Amino acid sequence: MVTVDRLVKDYGTLRAVDHVSFTINKGDILGFLGPNGAGKSTTMKMITGFLTPTSGTATIDGFDVAKDPIEVKKRIGYLPESSAAYPEMTVVEFLTYVAEARGITDKDELNKRLADVIVKCHLDSVKYRSIENLSKGYRQRVGVAQAIIHDPQVLVLDEPTDGLDPNQKHEVRKLIQAMSADKAIILSTHILEEVEAICNRVIIIDQGRVLVDESPAEFKARIPGATIDEVFRDLTKDSALA
Amino acid sequence: MPIFKKEFFGYFRSPVGYVILAVFHIMVIGLALYSGYYSRGEASLNTLFQPLPWILIVFIPAVGMRLWAEEKRSGSIELLFTLPISPRSAVIAKFLAALAFIGIGLALTLSLAFTTGYLGDPDWGVMFSGYIGALLTASAFLSITAVCSALTKNQVIAFVISVMICLFATLMGSDWLAQFLGSSVPTAALDFLRLMSFEQHFDTMAKGLIDISALSFYITLTIACLGLNLIVIER
Ligand SMILES: Nc1ncnc2c1ncn2[C@@H]1O[C@H](COP(=O)(O)OP(=O)(O)OP(=O)(O)O)[C@@H](O)[C@H]1O
Ligand SMILES: [Mg+2]
Repeated sequence: MVTVDRLVKDYGTLRAVDHVSFTINKGDILGFLGPNGAGKSTTMKMITGFLTPTSGTATIDGFDVAKDPIEVKKRIGYLPESSAAYPEMTVVEFLTYVAEARGITDKDELNKRLADVIVKCHLDSVKYRSIENLSKGYRQRVGVAQAIIHDPQVLVLDEPTDGLDPNQKHEVRKLIQAMSADKAIILSTHILEEVEAICNRVIIIDQGRVLVDESPAEFKARIPGATIDEVFRDLTKDSALA
Repeated sequence: MPIFKKEFFGYFRSPVGYVILAVFHIMVIGLALYSGYYSRGEASLNTLFQPLPWILIVFIPAVGMRLWAEEKRSGSIELLFTLPISPRSAVIAKFLAALAFIGIGLALTLSLAFTTGYLGDPDWGVMFSGYIGALLTASAFLSITAVCSALTKNQVIAFVISVMICLFATLMGSDWLAQFLGSSVPTAALDFLRLMSFEQHFDTMAKGLIDISALSFYITLTIACLGLNLIVIER
């Protein structure tokens, strides 16, 4: 469903993403790991069509993001890294805007979707509040709600549990898992248990390059007896020292 | 168009929109009274239309400065361009939303027009073409502002640069500049400047003449700037 082929992104002389390739299908949850500045967000921005790759392609459901950006964007729900909402809007206004921009114009349908994501993301108590007055965790939940409102085939979530309390982290993970049956999901995270808990595939990138692409179990088995944290540190220690 | 709706109502979600409208209105009325709206004893809106381009030089950039700069600053541009909306329709929707807001500002000045109608017997045709001229000037200024706004994430910078460009464009063909340059420049050059000038074209419209050269001047400029806007946001 999602095919990424030798994606490269250069910022001036810096190669932020260096020939990243992978394919994921319906039912997959791919965990994207890597130290800060590894190129996770940049890769996601290219898949969602926000950034144009220097070279390489990203294809969703047969549509190349460079050639059919609109078709690709229709199929993706995206949670950007920095919660990208409009501060003066209320939660309901914002979600309505996103839904309408995504082509959900039928009033009943729209209300149904709104009610659905408000329940799923536990936003009922804040739905008429301005987004600027929400706490970070609630803003993050609004971001998740916005990403799933059109029930997309592909979800790209950049650190979806960032800023959430432990209960909400658990809720969001459950939500992601519940949705995964008929979707292809890519999420980035710095919480390694999260990968163990919900992902069936892990990719580690460092300095723009893919170091590891396997199942969490295989990954953990790399160093027998070690935790997933320790394996991660072992793999990325070069860049930590650099 | 959801983007149009979002942008247009966005002006009323914070006090900024109301403040801009109020200041615009006060400036219009103030300048009209200052230049003798009552004392001249003629039933026309000359006192409105003469200073209007100069007010628009400030008013339009104030309305348009946020269009792109704010999205870039807050990061919401990332959401905007991952929605299934083409950059072209985003450019147009934002432009039209700001123009509609400006339309409200101009509509408020109709109070002057009705007062004139009450006090005397003005030429409504002239008034109509004056308003068309004002709207066209506004769209040209707005498209310039939109480009500036797309170039920066700082609204203040977008505002200052747009005001400077609009001011320059207006001054370029003014009588004042013509007198200043006077004999030192060949008349052909002056004529060329006048052809590019906002003031000259607006004056024609304010006198009641809707002429093709003025229309095409405004429309070409607006479309060209919106095209530039598109190129800038597509990087
Ligand atoms: N607009 C930009 N201009 C220049 N360099 C950039 C830009 N955006 C990102 N970079 C660089 O690209 C590299 C990858 O950044 P990216 O945001 O993809 O990292 P990340 O893996 O998401 O990190 P984090 O875990 O901190 O979110 C970094 O070195 C970053 O400094
Ligand atoms: Mg990141």
